Amino acid sequence: MTTALFVSQLLNGLQLGVILFLVAAGLTLVFGVMDFINLAHGVQYMLGAYLVAVLTAWTGSFAAGLLLGLVGALVLGFVLEVLVFRHLTRRDHLEQVLGTFGVILIVTELVRILFGSAPLAFPTPAVFAGSVTLLPGLNYPVWRLVILVVGLAVAVLLWYLVNRTRLGMLVRAGSTHPETVSALGVDIDRLFLVVFAFGAMLAGLAGAMAGPLVSVEPTMGDRILIVAFVVVVIGGIGSIKGAFVSALVVGLVDTLGRAFAPDLLKVLVGKSAAAAAGPALSSMLIYLLMAVVLSVRPSGLFGGRSA
Amino acid sequence: MAQSVPTPRRAAGVRLALHPAVVGVLGFAAALAIAHAGGSVYGATLVARTALLALAAVSLSFLIGQAGLVSFGHAAPLGIGAYVVLIAGEYGVTEMLVVLPLGFAAAALFSVATGAVALRTRGVYFIMITLAFAQMIYYVAASLSAFGGDDGMAIAARSTLFGLRLLKSDTGLAMLAVALLGLALFGLDRLIASRYGLMLRAGRANEAKLQALGLDPYRHRLIALAIGGGLAGVAGVLLANQVEYVSPATMNWHVSGELIVMVVLGGTGRLAGAVLGAVAVTLLDETLGHFTEHWKLGLGLVIVAVVLLRGADLKALLRGGAA
Repeated sequence: MTTALFVSQLLNGLQLGVILFLVAAGLTLVFGVMDFINLAHGVQYMLGAYLVAVLTAWTGSFAAGLLLGLVGALVLGFVLEVLVFRHLTRRDHLEQVLGTFGVILIVTELVRILFGSAPLAFPTPAVFAGSVTLLPGLNYPVWRLVILVVGLAVAVLLWYLVNRTRLGMLVRAGSTHPETVSALGVDIDRLFLVVFAFGAMLAGLAGAMAGPLVSVEPTMGDRILIVAFVVVVIGGIGSIKGAFVSALVVGLVDTLGRAFAPDLLKVLVGKSAAAAAGPALSSMLIYLLMAVVLSVRPSGLFGGRSA
Repeated sequence: MAQSVPTPRRAAGVRLALHPAVVGVLGFAAALAIAHAGGSVYGATLVARTALLALAAVSLSFLIGQAGLVSFGHAAPLGIGAYVVLIAGEYGVTEMLVVLPLGFAAAALFSVATGAVALRTRGVYFIMITLAFAQMIYYVAASLSAFGGDDGMAIAARSTLFGLRLLKSDTGLAMLAVALLGLALFGLDRLIASRYGLMLRAGRANEAKLQALGLDPYRHRLIALAIGGGLAGVAGVLLANQVEYVSPATMNWHVSGELIVMVVLGGTGRLAGAVLGAVAVTLLDETLGHFTEHWKLGLGLVIVAVVLLRGADLKALLRGGAA
């Protein structure tokens, strides 16, 4: 295990972490403010990638494509909220699961009808296409560094919005004591609409950032959604800080686990057993992490409200 | 006096004849007989498939409707049952009387192991954790390179029953699936009516009261998860035999979602509702699926419409249509 390999995997893990954070931030706020379980959040991620890919190809400029795509993701978030989700916020969780699952089927199938099942081309923007030498023997793609920077910038922005603005104060209060906030005369439905659409845009941004690295296809949101759930559960529902910490931890554990667990196992239990158990174990790691955290703290690391 | 004696006996007989298990089995048997008389292999396949999906949906309905445990990972025990058929077959074990209990046990064991953690939480946490654990077992299955990895593989042979190849035809398999569905409906119904079932429902309604009475809902729920998971495992054993192919796709979380759809469409109050839901979804799949490969769009629209039109579940619609 060389230093260069370790550093590049470390950066990969952090980069997965910030993508997960962008997706989980919207999820955890929507859970927190409205106790609303939104399975269709992965769809917003997928739509973000498609919108930016298509608009970039159409305008010929990544900057314009990204800007228009984010606006599009925001608008789609508004539309979905008004059409479906606002009617589900007062229902029990079972109906929310069912309704948002239905939305997934509809949107995924519509995208498949429009663009087909084959992955859509999403080239890395030309400006960020190369790689830089970080250490002797370590060439790291610029785009992955851009993702890291953007993710951290959004985290700082969110921290400012949530902790230093009036809207953020309402969101924080709403995520732990929704009844009290509502009793104080705040329109919690409107707060939900804003939080929801903003979360949809963040998920769309995550999709656009991840687009050049993964294959852009109708089901791309499914995998990220469930890992984002793990992030939210570990971090504690409603907590942005929890989402940030646990997104980075989950990103690192998953990436480093996949890279080094098989080798580590080889040392511990021998070659043949490691070859059989290695891939299974490394894909289980984040779920085992979740199980351990929950057995110690059932409401997550930073959970304000008990489960 | 002499006249009054037969009356309750007749009433008991009528009650038994109208038992959902009996009605369900007779309904499926009639469909199977029609298919067989018409010489339709496809009909028998459809009955087998619907009955085994109904069994999986009934086991989930027991968890959601009775125990109040909204599991979003029910595809996991289903898939584990399927993998038991595949793995046992690779080791030369194909007898149903061995594979079926093995599938039940493996799925129940998984449900208890993950449930022990998941039951420490409530509400959205429980939903997300069951989903996450199901996804975990999905990736584990996908990494079993000896058993087909991502792509899955065909089973060695369909299971035998009493050493005989009774399940070689879909008609035989459908008869077994319908019989097991009937047994499950009847057994779960007895369980629901028992003291244990009452405790499950009481725990769903008011946990604090149950604990104040000195009862332990955690243990009861763990047992419920074992039963529900085990029965889904049985459905998985049947599924692997029907498709003759096992892949991680069986454990895809969309399968869990579709099982929830069946349970809720049919109404969570009664187990028999899940049977109706399973029939409705399978028929929707078969009819829309003939016209377009995008049939899931139709399913999605139906689901959203049903959820938004609150209270208008399938049984209510049927009742309204009949009245």
